[in-house]
Amino acid sequence: MLKLSGLEPLIITEQSNFVNVGERTNVTGSRAFLRMIQEDDFDAALAVAREQVEGGAQILDVNMDEGMIDGKAAMVRFLNLLAAEPDIARIPIMIDSSKWEIIQAGLRCLQGKGVVNSISLKEGSANFIAQAKEIKRFGAAVIVMAFDEDGQADSFERRIEICERSYNILVHEVGFPAEDIIFDPNIFPVATGMDEHANNALDFFRATKWIRENLPGAHVSGGVSNVSFSFRGNNKVREAMHAAFLYHATAHGMDMGIVNPTMLEVYSEIEPELLVRVEDVLLNRRPDATERLLTFAETVKGSVRQQTADLTWRENPVQKRLAYALVKGIVEFIDQDVEEARHLYSRPIEVIEGPLMDGMNEVGDLFGSGQMFLPQVVKSARVMKKAVAYLLPYIEAEKDGKQQAAGKILMATVKGDVHDIGKNIVGVVLACNNYEIIDLGVMVPAHVIIEKAIEHNVDAIGLSGLITPSLDEMVHVAKEMEKAGLRIPLLIGGATTSKVHTAVKIEAHYPSGAVIHVLDASRSVTVVEKLLGNRKDAFLEELRQDYEKLRVHHQKHRAAKELLSLADARKNKIQLVFNETTVQQPKSVGVQLHQPSVADLIPYIDWTPFFQTWDLHGKFPQILQDVVVGSTAQKVYEDAQKMLAQISSQNWLECKGLSGIFRAYSKEDDIYILDPESSELLHIQHTLRQQTKKALGQPNLALADFIAPQSSSVTDYIGAFVVCAGFGIEAQLQKFENEHNDYDSIMLKALADRLAEAFAEYLHERVRKKIWAYSPKEQLANEDLITESYRGIRPAPGYPACPDHQEKLGIFKLLDARNAIGVELTESLAMYPTAAVSGWYFAHPDAKYFGLGKITEEQVADVAQRKGVALEDIERWYSSVLH
Amino acid sequence: MINSDLVSAINQRVLVLDGAMGTMIQRYQLEEFDFREGAFENHPDSLKGNNDLLSITRPEIIKEIHRAYLKAGADIIETNTFSGTTIAQADYHLEDAVYQINFQSAKIAKEVAAEFTDRPRFVAGSIGPTNRTASISPDVNDPGFRAVTFDDLVAAYHQQIGALIDGGVDILLIETVFDTLNAKAALYACDLVFEERGIKLPIMVSGTITDQSGRTLTGQTTEAFLISLSHMPLLSIGLNCALGASMMRPYLQVLNEKATFAVSAHPNAGLPNEFGQYDESPAAMAAQIEQYLKEGLVNVIGGCCGTTPEHIAAIAEVAAKYSPRKWTH
Repeated sequence: MLKLSGLEPLIITEQSNFVNVGERTNVTGSRAFLRMIQEDDFDAALAVAREQVEGGAQILDVNMDEGMIDGKAAMVRFLNLLAAEPDIARIPIMIDSSKWEIIQAGLRCLQGKGVVNSISLKEGSANFIAQAKEIKRFGAAVIVMAFDEDGQADSFERRIEICERSYNILVHEVGFPAEDIIFDPNIFPVATGMDEHANNALDFFRATKWIRENLPGAHVSGGVSNVSFSFRGNNKVREAMHAAFLYHATAHGMDMGIVNPTMLEVYSEIEPELLVRVEDVLLNRRPDATERLLTFAETVKGSVRQQTADLTWRENPVQKRLAYALVKGIVEFIDQDVEEARHLYSRPIEVIEGPLMDGMNEVGDLFGSGQMFLPQVVKSARVMKKAVAYLLPYIEAEKDGKQQAAGKILMATVKGDVHDIGKNIVGVVLACNNYEIIDLGVMVPAHVIIEKAIEHNVDAIGLSGLITPSLDEMVHVAKEMEKAGLRIPLLIGGATTSKVHTAVKIEAHYPSGAVIHVLDASRSVTVVEKLLGNRKDAFLEELRQDYEKLRVHHQKHRAAKELLSLADARKNKIQLVFNETTVQQPKSVGVQLHQPSVADLIPYIDWTPFFQTWDLHGKFPQILQDVVVGSTAQKVYEDAQKMLAQISSQNWLECKGLSGIFRAYSKEDDIYILDPESSELLHIQHTLRQQTKKALGQPNLALADFIAPQSSSVTDYIGAFVVCAGFGIEAQLQKFENEHNDYDSIMLKALADRLAEAFAEYLHERVRKKIWAYSPKEQLANEDLITESYRGIRPAPGYPACPDHQEKLGIFKLLDARNAIGVELTESLAMYPTAAVSGWYFAHPDAKYFGLGKITEEQVADVAQRKGVALEDIERWYSSVLH
Repeated sequence: MINSDLVSAINQRVLVLDGAMGTMIQRYQLEEFDFREGAFENHPDSLKGNNDLLSITRPEIIKEIHRAYLKAGADIIETNTFSGTTIAQADYHLEDAVYQINFQSAKIAKEVAAEFTDRPRFVAGSIGPTNRTASISPDVNDPGFRAVTFDDLVAAYHQQIGALIDGGVDILLIETVFDTLNAKAALYACDLVFEERGIKLPIMVSGTITDQSGRTLTGQTTEAFLISLSHMPLLSIGLNCALGASMMRPYLQVLNEKATFAVSAHPNAGLPNEFGQYDESPAAMAAQIEQYLKEGLVNVIGGCCGTTPEHIAAIAEVAAKYSPRKWTH
């Protein structure tokens, strides 16, 4: 039993009918095909292959052996193109070449189990063995020619002698599976007028029978059209000869063969008189057989058989034909069909909007319901592209020469994700529809997406991602877009994305713009059209309502299965030791003002994020030597140093900050903050507790765990800080803006941000060494500061340990930051000037940074109760962490 | 050199393969630092999410996960090397780390397996598909283009396989095959390594049927996939990932009927919910797998995405109640 495969299996058993190998994709056998390859017209070459499959070929023979072409390159290109045509690639491929290097190249392109055509003992057994071993490694079957060191077998005896020897070497020396061996015992022409050719067919039949009876498992194949070589130009006779030859060969055991299915008569329908004369020749039944067939041939010359490829779909109306071509991915007739359709509509664009989009929607539905798969969709996109390309000049002409894109769409696969097939498809489909695509590629960070969206003034942003973490990154991008003040519609797509996730998790973070989930590539056009069209507002309103419904539904059905109840999470809190060693009485308490100079802060700058701002990724200082970005990094670093010197000498920026140390105790998840002198209660900080189910031994943390409980024998403390390095920045930025000097403007903002962070680091060190002074002797280099290898933490609201921005309100209240230094909180609790950092100080040696993760609504309700406010009033602050 | 314990085990009972590595690693909520410490601290690219590195930087975590699966009843654990090829690591510019990833991952998996002496436990070197396809063009405008060649894949797999064998694996597991040509390259590389070293290791191959169309990403049916990879004497052929247990059943039935090797399955814990999380419970998954076992479809059973030691424990419990699939070699 011979098993082969393309995308689908082909199993050849004793009971199987003759397996038909398509032969037209063969440059040695078809001049038309050779011309296509020479002219690089691979679309036409693929059409030949498709015609073969539609005509009933079960294996596709591909031959590129022609001196005028680069056979190896042509083989690889054609096989790769075939792989993208599922309705052709469903059948196994036969790599047909007399050149070993072409066979080797071809084998490297086949995912299925194909057939090598052919190897033989022509160059001796060593070569034969080496080639067979290599073919076995690829798992292909092999055709073995009856050919040896002495030449091609031309008699019954030579045929069986060579086949037997080949078989024994393959099966016993190489270990080649016998059922994967196919012998080609040479089909030679008959009726040539030469006596020595009279038995050519008969000897083939007899050798076939012998092989099938004596070489177990092996199969027999042959190139059938050779037999009728003498009757070239007389298709009627040739078709009859092929049919009769096949009839007898299969009766003798030939189970496979290369025959053009469009050049084959049905045996039972051959005219009786012709059949008799043909069989007389094939079976060498009478001496004048050739003469008699030639005489008969004269009478039937000229009639040509119809093509059998199924073209009935061509009889449908043009709209149906376009849809069919899109679904089937057939480019062959697309130009003529589009041309025809163009005259049916008043404007060329309507052909796209009408029948072509209908076709693409059908593709989308079929893909969505699993009836089409990826390569087919890609193929459909290509047909679409071709159709649009044809229409484009007409659309342009209509626009009076002014070709204008329907809109600009930015596409990106989000940071952390490298999958881009889907994104590329959407890009092509949209480009087909006259949208200009700005493709940022893969692993694109949010800030680049935003920068480029602004730079190109795009009409929509499409985010793609396949892996689960990409979902969070999309939420992040949405948040960043909101922060950047964008209003550009955001399209979400990719395998793990969903309408529900978009509605529940993403849309909420981008209230200024629309967020739309796009199920697949074919829907992208409809969505974008609606989004950029006249009905935009109505569309968005519908969408909003739809998403709102989903959210309500989701909220109702959300199962809190993976999170612990708040009570259970609290039971699993971390148990820290609070005693004289772990809790240090501060050297000085209360609020202090700090006004370091820029020069004081420069040594504390962490430069790595500075380079990230400039999209230069790498750790400082190694980045300066990086082979790829090193020279750019050096340039920007030099410019930064120059500007820092100016900031410092010309007092561009003023730095002001506050630190405060207060008495504190914890009670459950709350931190009670007291006046260090009077012990008056100043503020209750409600911290959030991790509720994710942890591995054994891992606690569920809340920041309150790092502060001694009320019952503790020791008096504990908490610190708070606000620092800002952005006072005075506006004037300088305005100056740059007037000069249209974006570079310096960005540079200054980036440096101010770095200085604010440096200030936080600087102040934290002062607190550790001098103010709280729990580590008075600490000596750390800047790198250690950056890696935070000191005792204590300074979590900042809005960051993973305390995602709740509302905590800033408490910090600002305790320090009276607004009045004392002039840092304000915006409505969304962002600090202004923006180059500012605020946070808490925890000094316990076991205090560590952690991510809160997801929490339940139970906890949010609990916080609301502790705060004494309504749940609705605070819920929005927790949306990013709510399960 | 074929492990006789393994041969006798697979003939006697349904062997249990471990569950997801990534899902377990997520539980540790690791940060960038964890992926760098000690070995890649100065590496310029972000490494978070490059789970294979944890075998080097956080071996105790990977060992703990292996241990949890072995305790849950896994007979075979997979090394933490799914992306351990120069091709997959190129995204992180960590091609140079590939040998260490595979060697260390194999070594620590063997160490943990050796802690269990009740019955033989085996380590399978996990050989992933890489992130490139040899049969599909990433460029829709040029379907004839290929981002990776067969020879690139052979070279990358050759290195991975050599390092896994140096690290001591008992089995090579070519898994999550979404492009059969990639898997063919992996088998080709196995054959080369075996020939060079004069050894042979049992090979398991596991493909991925992407959806209810019943085809691989590159379009092959289950049977075509089986036929395309039957040219080496495999220990098993099977399916993993993309589908939950019940959805995978029809395709396992095809393998059961046609394969002349053992049949393996490691399905996902259901399908991901709208948030990309797998939430099928151990009991629910084990109930579906019991159906496989009743029908005698499999010889090796485990879990893929979203499965945990709890799932594997539940699966091991039902697996112990049934005889393995019978097949003609």
